Parts: sequence; C-alpha cells; structure tokens
Amino acid sequence: MLAMDYRGPKRVRAVQKPMPEIKHPQDAIVRVLRACICGSDLHLYNGNVPDTRVGSTFGHEFVGEIVEVGADVTKVKVGDRVIVPFNIACGECHFCRQQMYGNCQESNTESGAIGGIYGYSHTAGGFNGGQAEYARVPYANVGPVIIPTDMDLDDAVMLTDVIPTGYQGAEMAGIQPGDTVVVFGAGPIGIVAARCAWLFGAGRVIIIDKEEYRLDFARNYSYCEAYNFEEVGDPVMFIKKITDWMGADCVIDAVGAEAAGNALQTITGRKLLLQAGSATALHWAINAVKKGGVVSIVGVYGPTDNLVPIGNMMNKGLTIRGNQTSVKRLLPRLIDHVQNGILDPKGLITHRLPLEEVADGYRMFSAKLDNCIKTVLLPPTANQ
Amino acid sequence: MKDTALNTPIDPKTIKGWGIDADPKNDPTYPMRHRMNVGEDPQPNNRPDNLQPVNTEVLKSIERPNVSAVFGTPAPPSGLSGAIRRVAFRYSENQYKHWLPLVLADRVDVVEGVVTDLFHGQLPNIWAEKGYDMEWKHNRTAFVTKMAAIGAVTAGLVVWLSSSRKKQEAYKPKGRNYLSRF
Repeated sequence: MLAMDYRGPKRVRAVQKPMPEIKHPQDAIVRVLRACICGSDLHLYNGNVPDTRVGSTFGHEFVGEIVEVGADVTKVKVGDRVIVPFNIACGECHFCRQQMYGNCQESNTESGAIGGIYGYSHTAGGFNGGQAEYARVPYANVGPVIIPTDMDLDDAVMLTDVIPTGYQGAEMAGIQPGDTVVVFGAGPIGIVAARCAWLFGAGRVIIIDKEEYRLDFARNYSYCEAYNFEEVGDPVMFIKKITDWMGADCVIDAVGAEAAGNALQTITGRKLLLQAGSATALHWAINAVKKGGVVSIVGVYGPTDNLVPIGNMMNKGLTIRGNQTSVKRLLPRLIDHVQNGILDPKGLITHRLPLEEVADGYRMFSAKLDNCIKTVLLPPTANQ
Repeated sequence: MKDTALNTPIDPKTIKGWGIDADPKNDPTYPMRHRMNVGEDPQPNNRPDNLQPVNTEVLKSIERPNVSAVFGTPAPPSGLSGAIRRVAFRYSENQYKHWLPLVLADRVDVVEGVVTDLFHGQLPNIWAEKGYDMEWKHNRTAFVTKMAAIGAVTAGLVVWLSSSRKKQEAYKPKGRNYLSRF
C-alpha cells in the first residue's frame, strides 16, 4: 500500500509499505478515505518530538471504511464508514472510564504521560498513522464512530481532531457569558477555538497571529476581531489596552511549540531544542489574561521543559488547564452541531492533494504557502 | 525500616475536621472528567481482556508497570540509534537522560536512513522529499534568496577552512617530529 514515510526533519515521501495487520482481537483495518495534515504534525516534521523514528507514517486525522475486523470487534463491521478519533483509547482503564479518552493507560507503552496517538512518534505509542491507504485501528469497539449517512466525508475528517480540539480549547477556558476571549494562533485549531468561544457565550473574541491571510480567514470564519502581533507592538500591552487595562478573561494557546514572536524562545526552543519548543504563545497568554483568569492550552509542546512566567501565574491567581482532546467524549455533541449547521468543518479546507504529493503538502502547510489553512490528502484507494 | 515506621498511613477520617470544607463544585476538571478517585473505582487497575502479543522489541517506559494492551510496531529499535534508544529507556521521563539520548538517536536514525536507502540502491530525492516544488511555485524569490545565502555561507566556510589548513601546513616546521619526544 502507499503510505507517507518520514525520513528526517523536513523530509517525507510517499512509498509502498506492507499492509497493516490485525495484532489484537479488538483491532480493525480501515481503508483511508480522507486524511489531513495537522499543525501538530509539523512538530514531528520539524524533528522536534523525541523518538520520531525514520520510516514512521504520520497522520492522526483520518476517516475510512472498515475492511477487516478482529475476533472481538462487535461495535463496527466491515463496510462501515467511520470517524477515527486521533486518541487510541481502550475504554476500560481508570482514565477512559472517566471519559479521559486522551489519557488512556493501555495504549502507549513508551510514555507514562501521554496516551496512544496514531502516527505521532514512539513517544505516543509508535502506531502508524492514517496518511496511507490503510491503517490499523486498535480498540475498534471504542474509538471509531460511524459517519452519519448525510455527513460529507470532508466534514467527518475534520471531526477527528481539529474541530474537537478547538472546541475543547474553548471548553477548558471556562468561558462565561460576556467574557472576553483571546486566542493566540490563527491556525486551524485557533480558528475553530475562536468560533467555538461564541458557543459558550463569549462577549468578545480576539485572535492574534502574524499571517495576514490567516487573520482574514479568521475574521470571516470565526466572526472575531483579528490582529497582527507584528503590527501592534507588544501583544500583551495591546491586549491590556483594548480590555480597559484588565486583560482578557480567558486566553487560549492554540500555537504550541512552533511559536514565533520572541527571538530567545525561537532560538532556544525551535533551533537549539534547549526547550520543549518555543513557549512564546504560552508566555503571552499568562501575561495577557486578567487576574483570576483562565489559560487554556491546546497547543502541543514537547515532553521536557519550557520557559514560562510561572511566578506571574501564581501572583495573578490564574487557572491553567490543558489536555489532549477527548475526541470520543465530544463527538456526539459536535456531530449534532455540524448537522444543525452550527459548525462548518469543511469550510476550513483550502487544499486537497493526492497522497503521492504528501511532501508538497507538508512543505506548503509548514511554510504557509499559497494561503494554506488546512490540507486534505486523498489516498489512491479513496475513490475505489 | 525507619522510614516505614515514620510513614505509616493513617485513616484520614480520624483527623479532626477532615473534609468539612470539601466542595464538589470546586473541580477545575469539570466537565471534562467524570471524576472518580482510585479509591472510588471498583476496578482501578482494570485492563482489556486480551493483550497484544509481544513478539517484537518494544521499549517500555519505566514509569509503567507493564507493556500496554496494544502498542505500535512500525519501527522497532535497530542499529546505533536503537542502541541509544535502549539506553534512554533505562531512565524515567523525569530525566534528561531519557529525552536527550532520544533526540540524539533520532538524528543518528536519519543518517542510518540515508545509508539504508543507498544500500538498497536508492538515492534520496532531497528536492522532492523536502517539497521544494511548492517553494519554487509559491515562494520563488524568497526561496532562491535563502538557497543562495546558504550556498554562499557554505562556500565561504569551505574556502575559509581550506585556506586555514593550507596556512597550518605552511607554518609547520619541516624535518622535525615533535612527537618523537614522547
């Protein structure tokens, strides 16, 4: 089968690989119909996630058709078209039974901190991902959700990660009616977080980035104010000024380790790898939020340390919340929102490429070329 | 042991005032978590019925008691990078001795990947693997400028290094072997 193949930082290609096999009675094999490149794939692509092995296949956002099931699979059957949440979750451990499907204890041998994730390095379990024609899906009784017959596949694939993660970013911010919400990062997750902030009753939503095309997209898609931090000067001072010197009630970090905007953070975090990525957005978030406010982190950082003003966090009485998204928990509500026209997932898609051109897709998304927001990869088998 | 004697667990309910200010609403994890302490969980160590057979090398975090019920198998550790990874997994994720060797192993793995490609008669197509067609198509001026700058710096370094080596050769005294003193 054709699959994406990681060769080293900023080097990927599409090659023929062996077909995935059933390894556990609850496994299923899925023929991939759509797969996306996610912003957090760029941390892998750039070589910033430890234990990213050459030969791995990325891709934690994919939907597909079940073509084979293990002996214990009862909830889905061959022929079903399914949304595959990016978390691999057993559904039975102490954490899954608390709906913490992003923190499963039985899907990742190689780390105690993170549950298994498709195509996200051996630090996240060493599973191959869905940027391929076929993928192994463990715990098929738990994760996969059958795509409603009236749902577009492009909408469905956005429900594997980007929509739930943006939604959970807003949810974790504890937004109360009338709150001012600032979102750092106008990538797909930030754009969705800004849009979802309204669903929780925000009174004002502001998004901060440096890419004008993304800010324009956010203004239209998320109905929010959008500002370029390269034009407003110190972004924390700017936010203080436009919030009566109070700061925002809630701030969402939708950037993570690839943040720009601070030379010290960029050099130590992204170039020298002395930090677990550049923590510029989180630094700004802690300083831009109101005293007693909430900082929600959905941006992905590496597993080691970051330079952030933790003293300010304590002095300001902040609450900081973060987690890998519990996609399975959120899917019923989000499917309703899509079917009721409240959310428009496929409106995020700007590019569609055949899987054979996966290297071009990564370069385009990484370098923010051609006004790229979200890229969908189409495997050759998608049209069978 | 002295520590065991000093740290004997007690029943917290015997402490005067235990729990009088407990507030179920004071839960920052709401609504993300159906909160359940281990003590309230009838099956805190519950595992799936079947375990994936361990028939390939799996590096296990020492922060876990066992291999998880399922695991990925696409790239078992191999070669020098694999040896470095095995060393890394002797340490907990709390230590740089775990993460820094893994970063090093990743870089070694890249070199091993190129060697493997060459061994199989495949010359890596760096231009295609880096997606430079997209840069050429959508960002040509900046791309050419960047490549020219990298080329100029590289050429400058090569010239500087080769000239300094020639200077060292020129200043080297002839006909004397300083090492002979040792």
